[in-house]
Amino acid sequence: MNDILHTLPQVLIDGLALGAIYAVVALGYTMVYGILELINFAHGEIFMTGAFVGTAVLLAAQGTGLASSLPPWLFYLLILLIAMMFTGALGVGIERVAYRPLRKAPKLISLIAAFGVSFVLQDVVRFIAELRTSNYIVSSSSLYGERMSLPASSISSLFGDATVKTNTLIILGAALLLMAALDRFVNRSKWGVAMRAVAQDRETASLMSINVNKIIVLTFFIGSALGGATGVLFAQQYGTIDPYIGFILGMKAFTAAVLGGIGNIRGAMFGGFVIGILEMFASSNLGTLTGGSFGAEYKDVFAFSILIIVLIFKPEGLFGRAVKEKV
Amino acid sequence: MNSKGIGKGKGLAAIVMVMALAAGCGSGNSDSPSNQGGGANSGGQVIKIASQSPLSGGSSIQGEAIKLGAQLSLDDHKDEFSKLGFTLELVPYDDQSDAKKGVANAEQIGADQAVVGVIGHLNSGVSIPSSVVYEKYNLPMISPASTATEFTDRKLKAANRVVARDDFQGPAGAQYAVETLKAKNIFVIQDKTAYGQGLAEAFRDAAKEAGATIVGYEGITVGEKDFNGVLTTVQSKKPDLIFFGGMYAEGALLVKQAKDKGITAPLMGGDALDSSGMADIAGQDVAGTLYSSVAGDITKSNKEWADSYQAKFSKGPEGYSVYAYDSMSVMLAAVKKSIEDNGGKLPAREKIRDAVRATKDFEGVATKVSFDDKGDNLYAKVFIYKFEGASYPGSMISEVSQ
Repeated sequence: MNDILHTLPQVLIDGLALGAIYAVVALGYTMVYGILELINFAHGEIFMTGAFVGTAVLLAAQGTGLASSLPPWLFYLLILLIAMMFTGALGVGIERVAYRPLRKAPKLISLIAAFGVSFVLQDVVRFIAELRTSNYIVSSSSLYGERMSLPASSISSLFGDATVKTNTLIILGAALLLMAALDRFVNRSKWGVAMRAVAQDRETASLMSINVNKIIVLTFFIGSALGGATGVLFAQQYGTIDPYIGFILGMKAFTAAVLGGIGNIRGAMFGGFVIGILEMFASSNLGTLTGGSFGAEYKDVFAFSILIIVLIFKPEGLFGRAVKEKV
Repeated sequence: MNSKGIGKGKGLAAIVMVMALAAGCGSGNSDSPSNQGGGANSGGQVIKIASQSPLSGGSSIQGEAIKLGAQLSLDDHKDEFSKLGFTLELVPYDDQSDAKKGVANAEQIGADQAVVGVIGHLNSGVSIPSSVVYEKYNLPMISPASTATEFTDRKLKAANRVVARDDFQGPAGAQYAVETLKAKNIFVIQDKTAYGQGLAEAFRDAAKEAGATIVGYEGITVGEKDFNGVLTTVQSKKPDLIFFGGMYAEGALLVKQAKDKGITAPLMGGDALDSSGMADIAGQDVAGTLYSSVAGDITKSNKEWADSYQAKFSKGPEGYSVYAYDSMSVMLAAVKKSIEDNGGKLPAREKIRDAVRATKDFEGVATKVSFDDKGDNLYAKVFIYKFEGASYPGSMISEVSQ
């Protein structure tokens, strides 16, 4: 028990960083589902593409010396913006090519199209990465790699000190900023009202002179741009990426969206943090809790069991409302 | 590294195919021109030794090293054999790191009656199916690089190797960690794959036996990038050493994230960490990381030999060059002995095969060679390397014998 308390500050920090990434990616799943009732499984790959685009820009800028002439924070912001624009456009393109022609088709067909898109993205990125660097695992340097110590032991002697990377704080800050901005956009702006209207009832919304296609395109753009931005944050945090990072991470982000109630934006954010912290907690404490019979490798089993339990008692997710209005 | 790998390059395939066909067509006729040039058989009966290694594709650097190492030994023994009235000839084949290609080549090699032995392959995945073919033709093979346990565990009469087995790496690492590094508390992490888990378990058991305490044994998932959870546990257990059974992509991240957490204990791993990817991913943090390899650094242990290799081929030896050299020397010693036992005439392949297996206390350049009844080298060693900075390869710091 002391062990658990001792490592708790570190677990919370690592869990929050991972949870922030899950949360922002989960937004992409939940927004698209809210509007189209389509689970866009290619979203994990959009996240991955964002990571690669960001790294490519970083490496190119470092190669030409542009990186050193800009202050790092501005450069970081620039990379984020380029990656967001790219993945946003990519998301819109995917919607136009793969999903719009299937919008009237059964949901299962669109789902399979989403899987197809994700395989295509994986292999295209892999091909380009291998062509340019002869290895599909790409590493880059971190712009904010400094480490600092967080003296949690001064609060209570039960806690141990934690170490934080500057980039962890950037992830948390950027994720919170993105989520707050999105929340405001959806709840306060005219476009947001239109978006919620389309989510509630597409046909009625179109009768209210809302351009449904435009709203769907906007949704894909925002969701994908958020995914791409997270990709850049991820690449900066871990320093190495490969074309398959989107799959596992996408699965977990999707789980986070389901946990929070799919279609609900605040639920996705909450779900992301819950899954991140649970996973981190499980991987550092499962061995201690079970006396060594279940190790850290069961962390996903633990996190997903919690999901199942929640869904048994609250099938619509933590923040979801049971769908009644669409009778 | 040598237990995996599927070749991709098809560049030289066509040329090699034509060469191989030329060699195959002449089967049964010991005077047939080979792909080494037809004029070489002027000094008497030709004895051919084939080499099989990937000469094209991703592993071609190591494959080429095997061919050249074998070539060097063969050239060194030419005079010896011409006194007996034989001309030595090396027949290099390209297996492309591909099991199908290796087996097809093996059939052609087996059909050529002038070939009495094979040096190869690099990849265990190619050595294993090809050895079945050699067994059929009673053709001895000596691999300078294949480490998979299955290669010799099938107890074939033809299959031998001069390097250590995979299952010796874990115990060798444990021996070094406990006896040389004096590690008392060791944390073991594995990646749940056959390779990683096997290595980690072998290490764990051997380290326990040697008197170290295993303070934790945890698993991670291949493909994930965040190992902070496991590392937090590591941090709270304060080990002197972390052992990792797994590939370099996860290993490098573990090293880096451990440094992020302020963990100072070094990380140690198997030959899968023997990759430039470690330095690429972990950067400066890789310094101090240890890994084991079945190949020693010949430029340190026998500079003279390395220089002669450099002088002949105008490129430095790779890890397996010298093992190919020793494999060929063992092969030729066995051939010579069986010729002498047969009254100066070239005996049947069975005799040579048994003579190879009977090799005892042969002094090679890199390693002493004694084959046991399965064809494993009793003197095979595992070498411990250490990354000194953000550059690959690390430097050899120790060797562990069985």
